[in-house]
Amino acid sequence: MEKHVMCSKRLRKGIQHNWRLYILMLPALLWLVVFAYYPMYGLLIAFKDFKAVAGILGSPWADPVWKHFADFFSTSVARMVISNTLVLSLLTILISFPVPIIFALLLNQVKGKGTRKFIQTVSYAPYFISNVVVVSIMNVICAPGGFVNTIIKSLTGHPLLLMSSAEYFRTMYIVSNIWQTMGFSAIVYIAALAGINPDYYEAAIMDGAGKFKRILYIDIPLIMPTVIVMLILAVGNVMTVGYEKVYLMQAGTNTQVSEIISTYVYKVGLQNAQYSFATAVGLFNSVVNFVILVIANKIARKMADISIF
Amino acid sequence: MIRKKSGGDRVFDVINALVMAAVCIVIAYPLYYVFMASFTDPAIVNSGKLLLYPEHVFTGGYQKIFAYKPIWTGYWNTIKYTITGTLVAVAVTIPCAYALSRKDLAGRRIWNFLFTFTMFFNGGIIPLYLVINKLGIYNSIFAMILPGAVSAYNLIVCRSFYDSSIPDELVEASRLDGCTDFNIFFQIVIPVSSTIIAVMVLFYATSIWNSFMNALMFMGDQSKMPLQVILRNLILSNQASSVLSGGTEMIERQKLAEQLKYGVIVVSALPLLVLYPFVQKYFAKGVMIGAVKG
Repeated sequence: MEKHVMCSKRLRKGIQHNWRLYILMLPALLWLVVFAYYPMYGLLIAFKDFKAVAGILGSPWADPVWKHFADFFSTSVARMVISNTLVLSLLTILISFPVPIIFALLLNQVKGKGTRKFIQTVSYAPYFISNVVVVSIMNVICAPGGFVNTIIKSLTGHPLLLMSSAEYFRTMYIVSNIWQTMGFSAIVYIAALAGINPDYYEAAIMDGAGKFKRILYIDIPLIMPTVIVMLILAVGNVMTVGYEKVYLMQAGTNTQVSEIISTYVYKVGLQNAQYSFATAVGLFNSVVNFVILVIANKIARKMADISIF
Repeated sequence: MIRKKSGGDRVFDVINALVMAAVCIVIAYPLYYVFMASFTDPAIVNSGKLLLYPEHVFTGGYQKIFAYKPIWTGYWNTIKYTITGTLVAVAVTIPCAYALSRKDLAGRRIWNFLFTFTMFFNGGIIPLYLVINKLGIYNSIFAMILPGAVSAYNLIVCRSFYDSSIPDELVEASRLDGCTDFNIFFQIVIPVSSTIIAVMVLFYATSIWNSFMNALMFMGDQSKMPLQVILRNLILSNQASSVLSGGTEMIERQKLAEQLKYGVIVVSALPLLVLYPFVQKYFAKGVMIGAVKG
């Protein structure tokens, strides 16, 4: 009892002592309510038949409440968009994830601080370029008359429809994704490598270990914690593949592989105004994504004692 | 100590140098090529030749672009959204991040959790769209700047900065001297914040400058669209020929339409790429601050 009184006293005193800090936070707290948590409350419409005039609370419950989910799963589109989403994001993790690590390890071996700095600066320049510009560049250079096809023609004898055919959509997405993010994603690994104690290398050199061995036995084990954290984050975003870029890369001829859950939500939701249905599909996506994140985090904590929360 | 290179290391260095050179070329060449192609005779560009310098300099594309109004309206809109959006976002994020970094803040853990949670779960686009509509800001500048006024990731980067740069003892001592939290924030914290403010300006400004989907979802009028949307319409929806006024021959027009694409890409990507070398060090710094805690 006494403790309880003390606690509430402390809290009151805390706020009295802190109210100015709360004023500093006020605009951000308003944002948090209006643009982050109120939309989460808006997820309720996934279980309702939303009518704009009636509002979120006033709209009638769907009958049954999971109607929109059931509708989604009964369509043939559901299978397509779910598998497209999973395939695209798993391929991205599998292929794009290791590249920045390898790049960081190799860059770390380059002699001369200036050279290293230069290569690094070049490497993350594409991160500043918008998806629209990136896809536009892909479109012009990979057109049948673009220079990329000149190279392909000299190798295989005939040009490829890189941007419009379904066959190359995933390759193009992943290759361009590596181009855009390799340098940026490497920053954290480069920082982790810079933090390694030089004594380890001295000792390894004394033992006659070459550069390759030093990478294998010193660098990789020591940056592992960073790698795992980044991997959890990547896995935790598995369902949120860059939908802006996918949307931009869509052409009528590649939708059977390029339609993913988020682009589908955008189309049925905002273009066809099926608010409740689209919200249900989006909610399914977010929940699956969140569950995967929590599982990945748990596994990492169990196996390597590393977690992000 | 003898540091003689072994044969293996020498081979490694050679291969590594080649790989690094290849990486730089693959990253830079597409950008360089587009730049060169925008000045080159369309006939040469369309033949698919690898360009190292502009052969047959041709500026017809740029003349058309400079005369095409929607691009400049889009430019002006983007500048407007970027400047106001960045100012608002920085003004909202910095004070909140400082408050969250204070260990004596009542309810600190809860607020930190609530902000972090938004990184991993959100209402999605439809509920956000409904909020925008309900607030009556659809198709206005507020729809472009308010939803992105806080990014939880940036907030955490910023909070980590304050965690490590403002010692608790300093706050304690100032309080004993009679400073309020406002005095501390404006007179002690802000003056040492120039790095983090630069990082935040950079993060927010690039994200607003580059944003495309928000405009597509929350703006209605063509005249209010930012540059990214105009660019998408011109290049990806193949409306480039709309830049060309009538009178030119059909084939001539088609050639020019191809050429225009290169020019439009250059015009829209150039500002960021020109600024890039000057601001990139803040970029790396920001990522590193975030990585400590992220």
